[in-house]
Amino acid sequence: MSVKMIDVLVIGAGPAGLAAAIEAAKLSASVIIADLNMKPGGQLFKQIHKFFGSSAHHSGSRGIDIGRMLLNEAEEAGVEIWLKSTVTGIFPGGKVSIEREYDDRDAELVTLHPKEVVIATGASENAIRFKNWTAPGVMGAGAAQTMVNVNHVRPGNKVVMLGSGNVGLIVSYQLMQAGCDVKALVEAAPKIGGYAVHAAKIRRAGVPILLRHTIIEAKTGQDGSVCGCVTAEVNEHFAPIPGTEETIDCDVITIAAGLKPTMDLIKLAGCELTYDALFGGYVPLHSEKMETSVRGIFVAGDSTGVEEANTALDEGRIAGISAAEGLGLISETEAADRRTEIWRRLDSLRMGPFGERRRTEKNHLIELYHESVKEQKAFA
Amino acid sequence: MSIAECGFLTYDELKEKQTLPSDARYSKGPVAVIECVQEIPCNPCEAACQFGAIHIGDPITSLPSLTAEKCVGCGVCVSRCPGLAIFVVNKSYTKDTATVSFPYEYEPVPKEGEVHKGLNRRGEPVCEGKIVKVLNPVSYDHTPVVTIEIPKQYADEVRSIERERGKGA
Repeated sequence: MSVKMIDVLVIGAGPAGLAAAIEAAKLSASVIIADLNMKPGGQLFKQIHKFFGSSAHHSGSRGIDIGRMLLNEAEEAGVEIWLKSTVTGIFPGGKVSIEREYDDRDAELVTLHPKEVVIATGASENAIRFKNWTAPGVMGAGAAQTMVNVNHVRPGNKVVMLGSGNVGLIVSYQLMQAGCDVKALVEAAPKIGGYAVHAAKIRRAGVPILLRHTIIEAKTGQDGSVCGCVTAEVNEHFAPIPGTEETIDCDVITIAAGLKPTMDLIKLAGCELTYDALFGGYVPLHSEKMETSVRGIFVAGDSTGVEEANTALDEGRIAGISAAEGLGLISETEAADRRTEIWRRLDSLRMGPFGERRRTEKNHLIELYHESVKEQKAFA
Repeated sequence: MSIAECGFLTYDELKEKQTLPSDARYSKGPVAVIECVQEIPCNPCEAACQFGAIHIGDPITSLPSLTAEKCVGCGVCVSRCPGLAIFVVNKSYTKDTATVSFPYEYEPVPKEGEVHKGLNRRGEPVCEGKIVKVLNPVSYDHTPVVTIEIPKQYADEVRSIERERGKGA
């Protein structure tokens, strides 16, 4: 089996991975992005809403258009994107195995020997269990969003959404744009989790938001699929209060109960981890260069802690610049200057009542990295 | 109850957290009403206004503020706000009627001349009104701005119209 040498392998073609690849390729690194999906862009192509952020983050543009922009930039910079390509192993000595599928011939196992790796594998949705939670018609909010915005198929007609974070609010809105009725949004906390402006959009459309409520059962019809949703009020310990049950007529239940970083490859590479509830679970310790405890392995985006596309883009840029620095393609001072500028931008994104805790926590994680990683492990 | 607890703004909360146009400014014609009350990292409205009437500055989590005297009520910011939280209100449209311009991203897009139910911030119908203008140029990027004429007393309440169901796909 032949081993192909390249400068940088980026795993994941979402906003973080694309941004990392673009920065490294612009500094004349040879870059391959491997992504297991059929299309690049990660979640961007199902995000049909206009983005928040500053003009430096293309705010006001729709996610889908930002995705197109990034793909063009990547192409111009000479980045090679391998789709339907699943990274199956990261081995001592720096070899990475990829199962690569093609449209016109059989899949093959390819081994790459990259000098640097950026892992930007994103996050996956959390599940909430209730009676009949595996019935057809119960799905993640992200899945429903993919159905309506990417595949143009309504998951059903009457939806109950669980979770009032930005995902729950935005996907509820988009399900209505696709022609569904959203019967209610159910939230266990006493406050709406996401931005008020997103909540206002769906309230203005007449969707009730049931705070201090949860879903305890999906009612199923003769064919076994969802035909109703039983909600109940919860007490201060989030336990359902008997006698408060109500049934909502619906054929879809979508769950937006947060995300957790996708850590499989980061673990496999031997990066040092820490548990961080705010960021959604185990996350890799990393420096301000976005480098992990394994030399030459960088991380960016939701796999370093769940946030959103703007912070993923900027972390990706930092990882790409740092990878190029490791290859000697940019001087240490210039790389540090460019990182400082991006960190300043990241800090401003992580301000205000929604961002402050994430900013403090990110800084804490970087401090923790410097305290506990005295000597990096070798990779390549 | 605050918007974080109920999902919609009461007029009192809006007045408390945002500077609204004065009666004197309203008497001069259409003007933007910014219903953005949380410090989130977002600033496209500032760049959208070519008259320099909207200020956010640094940090970008600051609330936008409107200099109502500079605002001409053009409505470009209405289409640009990712939160769909800016409206243009004309309280001197006629003696008895006002207009409210709002972003409307549902199909079918209403047409001029149609009569629709005006909804308040909590989605309740409060009156009927006639659609007097629909702007949807390429630069609005698929966020049509719809203007509805309503009885004047609902100018601070109506913020959308009832959506036609089941025709979206």
